Amino acid sequence: MTGGAGKERQTLLAVRDLNVAFRLADGPVHAVRGVDFTLAAGETVAIVGESGSGKSQTVMALMGLLAANGTASGRALYRGEDLLALSPRRLNRIRGEKITMIFQEPMSSLDPLYRVGRQIAEPMVYHRGLSWRAARKRALELLKLVRIPDAERRIDAYPHELSGGQRQRVMIAMALANDPDILIADEPTTALDVTIQAEILKLLRELQDRLGMGIVFITHDLGIVRRFAERVYVMREGKVVEEGPVADIFAAPRHAYTRMLLAAEPAGRKPPVDEATPVILEGRDVSVAFPLGGGFLGRQRQELKAVDRLTLTLREGETLGVVGDSGSGKSTLARALLRLVPSEGEIAFLGRDIAGLNLRRERGLRRQLQIVFQDPYGSLSPRLTIGEIVTEGLLVHEPSLSRAERDRRAAAALKEVQLDPAMQTRYPHEFSGGQRQRIAIARAMILKPKLLVLDEPTSALDRSVQKEIVELLRRLQAEHRLTYLFISHDLAVVRALADRVLVMKDGRAVEEGETEEIFARPRQDYTKRLMAAAFLSAGAPAEAWAG
Amino acid sequence: MSLAEEPVTLKEPVSGRSLWQDALARLARNRAAMASLLILAVMALASILGPALWPHPYDRVYSEYVRVPASLEAYPHEDRIVPEMQRSLARARVDIGAVTVAGDTVRAEISDEEPIDPRMIRYVERSDLFSRVRLAETSADGRSAVLEAEVARLFFIAGTDGNGRDLFARILMAIRISLAIGLLATAVALVIGVTWGATAGYLGGRVDNVMMRIVDILYSLPFIFFVILLVVFFGRNLVLMFIAVGAVEWLDMARIVRGQTLSLKRREFVEAAEALGVSDAGIVRRHIIPNVTGPVAVYMTLLVPKVILLESFLSFLGLGVQEPLTSLGVLISEGAKNMQGASWLLIYPSIALALLLFALNFLGDGLRDALDPKDR
Repeated sequence: MTGGAGKERQTLLAVRDLNVAFRLADGPVHAVRGVDFTLAAGETVAIVGESGSGKSQTVMALMGLLAANGTASGRALYRGEDLLALSPRRLNRIRGEKITMIFQEPMSSLDPLYRVGRQIAEPMVYHRGLSWRAARKRALELLKLVRIPDAERRIDAYPHELSGGQRQRVMIAMALANDPDILIADEPTTALDVTIQAEILKLLRELQDRLGMGIVFITHDLGIVRRFAERVYVMREGKVVEEGPVADIFAAPRHAYTRMLLAAEPAGRKPPVDEATPVILEGRDVSVAFPLGGGFLGRQRQELKAVDRLTLTLREGETLGVVGDSGSGKSTLARALLRLVPSEGEIAFLGRDIAGLNLRRERGLRRQLQIVFQDPYGSLSPRLTIGEIVTEGLLVHEPSLSRAERDRRAAAALKEVQLDPAMQTRYPHEFSGGQRQRIAIARAMILKPKLLVLDEPTSALDRSVQKEIVELLRRLQAEHRLTYLFISHDLAVVRALADRVLVMKDGRAVEEGETEEIFARPRQDYTKRLMAAAFLSAGAPAEAWAG
Repeated sequence: MSLAEEPVTLKEPVSGRSLWQDALARLARNRAAMASLLILAVMALASILGPALWPHPYDRVYSEYVRVPASLEAYPHEDRIVPEMQRSLARARVDIGAVTVAGDTVRAEISDEEPIDPRMIRYVERSDLFSRVRLAETSADGRSAVLEAEVARLFFIAGTDGNGRDLFARILMAIRISLAIGLLATAVALVIGVTWGATAGYLGGRVDNVMMRIVDILYSLPFIFFVILLVVFFGRNLVLMFIAVGAVEWLDMARIVRGQTLSLKRREFVEAAEALGVSDAGIVRRHIIPNVTGPVAVYMTLLVPKVILLESFLSFLGLGVQEPLTSLGVLISEGAKNMQGASWLLIYPSIALALLLFALNFLGDGLRDALDPKDR
């Protein structure tokens, strides 16, 4: 931990009895109820909780960034001034200068129309009255400080020309521009790949050592908290249920909720299937290329090889985990195998080459190959009822079914994923993320497929919900002898579910083998890096990366 | 936010609230939109039932009441009764004695050198001022008589136009025509535009290119020229108006729907439907079109006033509906010509048009707010 946790560090921020309520049509919703917390200079405090726990709204209230129908009450003393009582004008001077914030999604937090140098320089010009020239010089220094490679060139780049990690670095540079006392980081690494996540955390730690600001770190990931924060506040339903030094909380959690969070890591392993089991899907030299228009500079037509000559086999009842950073071609591979994007190479499914087939005509095959997507909010049409969503496949594959029969089948499918069949007439927006993911699984299961492609089915969910979905998938596999192609960047989930793992990078297979083998003895550098980064967020000792 | 996401057991059978029901509930809380809806309902009802119930038909000419100002008092005014009776009798070429008015009854003594032909009362009946004309007290030789008539009390609350037609009846008729053109042309635009846009957007590639280039070509035709051409070839009629306006307005709709479709197409639920094996037509019908209804509904409520304005503009130019039918544009155009002498001819139709447009626009805005998911 930093600087040995000095005892008489000056308290920077003291929040007392913070309440946040939103006026909604159905009455007020209390998002935050009576939260107290303090932050000292140079200290890192983590606020942990699952989605809806009010952790983000707590800091939004401090920054005066609540939605228009929200109100905050209580006191938030920063250097003797109550942030909640300040005039907007005065608050504006403090936030963005002395208290700054970085957000989860670095793409949407940057204005796509301006070069990053200008975006970093702008607050300095307006807050501190620097000239544009001086501000630009400072922006360059900041970009070097946050270790953007080739900063002289990147200062004139537009946000879309940077990678996710680089954008987050730019956001941090902007936040540091005016030497803040307090940096609020709202899930700053959640949208990033694990390897990049580790680098960003390391950078934040180094910056804190050099600049001495206090950091309020909001996250749902206890692994990060463990290695990054000194004190932690665990929030649930708008209240702080437990607080204390990180070491104590992890060693001896007092509250049941904290214990549940700590235990929410998916457990269990899957025994590999027999070598003799029949092969259900086989891909040989599968390639997918997307045309890149005219290209950045060139006149000639360029192609992006999203998947590059990849070979894989899947046996009945097996789970193949596909892991890799974003952009490694995992999802494209899945779509190619499902014939949702055109590809080259051979794909044999149940002994037939389906690479050249129009699966719409081959309905018998189509229904055997189903998919569950990552985003439980985007994968259900908002205008259809749950019953209509779940039975849509039956309309195609068994058009002769009567309506009553379809309803019966939908009820059975919903029961199978542990949802109340009475919910058939409801609409997706009335369900939570975990419930929606169950609905998406029911939609695929109603067709009784042989192979189910799971494209990051648990990534958008809270840990505790994730664990339940993993259990559900495991049970379905056992009951129906399903074969899974499980795509994820979350190695903990892959380890719990897969019997073999395929590591992908830049469209190619880097390494493939039995799960335990890969996790215990990764052979390739890339795999090693991936493992190191992932287990740093799964709660391994901090020394591994603290560097 | 339950810890374990257990299936909720529900006692009563639940029926979910769809996004539309949610949106309508939000709309119901929007006072301006609800007031607009009320105004629209009243105007629509009045324009449908009004002309049948109103005492004056919209095309009846009251030649004695040309361009009378709007008034809540009944016409004729007292001072006009005696001169009008004298004028009518003069046309019948009889000698006129004393004319007296008692209450609603006019008595005129008439005499002639020949015996009076009872059919002469037609001259009086012809006037809009008198009803139930009869000859009373005809003298023995038939050369003199007393003519009695009731004074017909007529109300022109919005005055009359240059041809002596009741303006209020004409406004009701005009609202009917304008609303009909607005709604029908919008419906034409809706059907063509949504189908065209959703198909082009969903199929994409070359089909999209060809379909949208057709839209571009139609866009580049000058609209007024197009309408003039149609009118020259086919003469002025109402159906032509629908076709002309609808044929142009669907272009915007097609573009909006195509844009929405392009972004919807990349959503995972469309991909999921593809993986289920749903046909293109099924995806467009079940997934694309229901999900574009929000923006389309908003655009539609804003398109109706736009079409009404367009029709008014065409009518103002003299390319619109044919007399004696009328529309708000025609009325305003006439009003504008008579602005100095008869301001009511301009004021009342303008109020009607403004009220209609305000209500439609407020409703459209309210609908947009209600459908905006950010408010959720």
